[in-house]
Amino acid sequence: MIGLFDILGPVMVGPSSSHTAGACRLGLIARAILGRTPEHATIQLHGSFAATGEGHGTQRAIVGGLLGLPPDDLRLRRAFEEAEHSGMEYAFRTVDLGEDVHPNTAVLEVRSGDERLTIQGTSIGGGQVEVSRIDDFPVSLGGDYDTLVLAAHDRPGTIATISSVFAESGVNLATMRVDRTGRHKEALMTIELDAPISDQALERIRSFDWVIWARTIEKIA
Amino acid sequence: MHRSVAALIEDAREHQLSLPEVVIRSEMAESGRPREEIRERIARTLAVMRGAIEEGLQGDMRSPSGLTGGRAARLHAHGPRLLGETVTAILARAVGTLEVNAAMGLIVAAPTAGAAGVLPAILASASDILDADDERLVDAMLVAGGVGGVIAHRASLAGAAGGCQAETGSAAAMGAAAVTWLGGGTHDQVSTSIALSLQGMLGLICDPIGGLVEIPCIYRNASAAMQALAAAEMALAGLDFPVPADEVIDVMGEVGRKMPVAYRETAQGGLAATPSARRLVQIQPTRSPSGISR
Repeated sequence: MIGLFDILGPVMVGPSSSHTAGACRLGLIARAILGRTPEHATIQLHGSFAATGEGHGTQRAIVGGLLGLPPDDLRLRRAFEEAEHSGMEYAFRTVDLGEDVHPNTAVLEVRSGDERLTIQGTSIGGGQVEVSRIDDFPVSLGGDYDTLVLAAHDRPGTIATISSVFAESGVNLATMRVDRTGRHKEALMTIELDAPISDQALERIRSFDWVIWARTIEKIA
Repeated sequence: MHRSVAALIEDAREHQLSLPEVVIRSEMAESGRPREEIRERIARTLAVMRGAIEEGLQGDMRSPSGLTGGRAARLHAHGPRLLGETVTAILARAVGTLEVNAAMGLIVAAPTAGAAGVLPAILASASDILDADDERLVDAMLVAGGVGGVIAHRASLAGAAGGCQAETGSAAAMGAAAVTWLGGGTHDQVSTSIALSLQGMLGLICDPIGGLVEIPCIYRNASAAMQALAAAEMALAGLDFPVPADEVIDVMGEVGRKMPVAYRETAQGGLAATPSARRLVQIQPTRSPSGISR
């Protein structure tokens, strides 16, 4: 539902809500899932992102997002210098994901130490984004909720267990999506919440032996 | 948000409320946020608009492509020859805000980044002319927001969906309503100003050179701001328009849906596809803006 501040806003660094603000949000989401600033990022740009990214500051915006700069932070202008300062290396590539893929799409491969992560995300307009893939899992998340993403061994009862943790900590679930690579293989749960999840609840979830990893993504204003 | 201008006005009449009051009550109910928080956030938004105008008039910034930067300052320094102070200031403020946007400066996408120059230019100038304080400007922005909400519901605010008429046209309608309200217009006059401003923007295509929010966008923002001011002036004088605001908005939506994709922010048609534009975007970016004769 559209609100007053979707009309009178957002306040953002220009020039484009889709190619700059949305691109920045994709970087922010990749960073949030990784849990820290990446040491290295390979950024693949598809379609209009590749064709007009340079003039729209798309590359700077994604790098800025990976560094944790929000869409209204003027440091996005000199995101490359900020990256050098933070010691984050990055590389850009042009990619053709096919005609069926939205023109404002990027694939971000980020790594820090032994941790690696690949996300595919699209800037769908007005600064809104949708992440459609995390590693090999199809997902759908926009970063406009506090979100828990967890990879798990696919076993019966896991959803009920997770739900009970939220029920105990009094956090309301907005949406929940489970995707898996195959029967009884790995599953990825994407859970959008109406409030941030507490550290205790997160630790509890991480303690289950079927949880491979769990990360929270703070709501991006 | 309301689904028609008629419903907005009906709400105001029925409950004996001002238009800004109708909009803020609707936002309070839908978002659950308290009145003061909403007003404060609008005031902060207004401050960002003013900052962008200020930066734009200084003219120091250049876009990464080199296509824009410095033009608003040039107009500002040149001053009025034909139009008078007010309109010349509106043009410079609209151009300047869009130049700031193109140079990765801080702007308010109200309703979109591509149309970010219209509302600030009109509000800044209206506050000069009508001596409106910030509280009144926040009220005027609420009126603009209410109108934008109606347009988002009935038509579109996106150039990719409805061409430039959906971006600068919508911004003009929002600005016209805001300034007509500020000028003491009746509900009907506010409604007429929406119809009058938008009818003059119908059919406008979105054909940015190189696909960038620069040329013709900076000039389209300037002309949309003028259109809005003219519509407000005529509405305040009691001129009427036989087609009500909601129906004009519906026409804008219809024209947008029927508009060929080449004219909807794809840079495949219109000015973007001209030989000159194609030559321009092949030029390597420089620190100096093209298109300014020295």
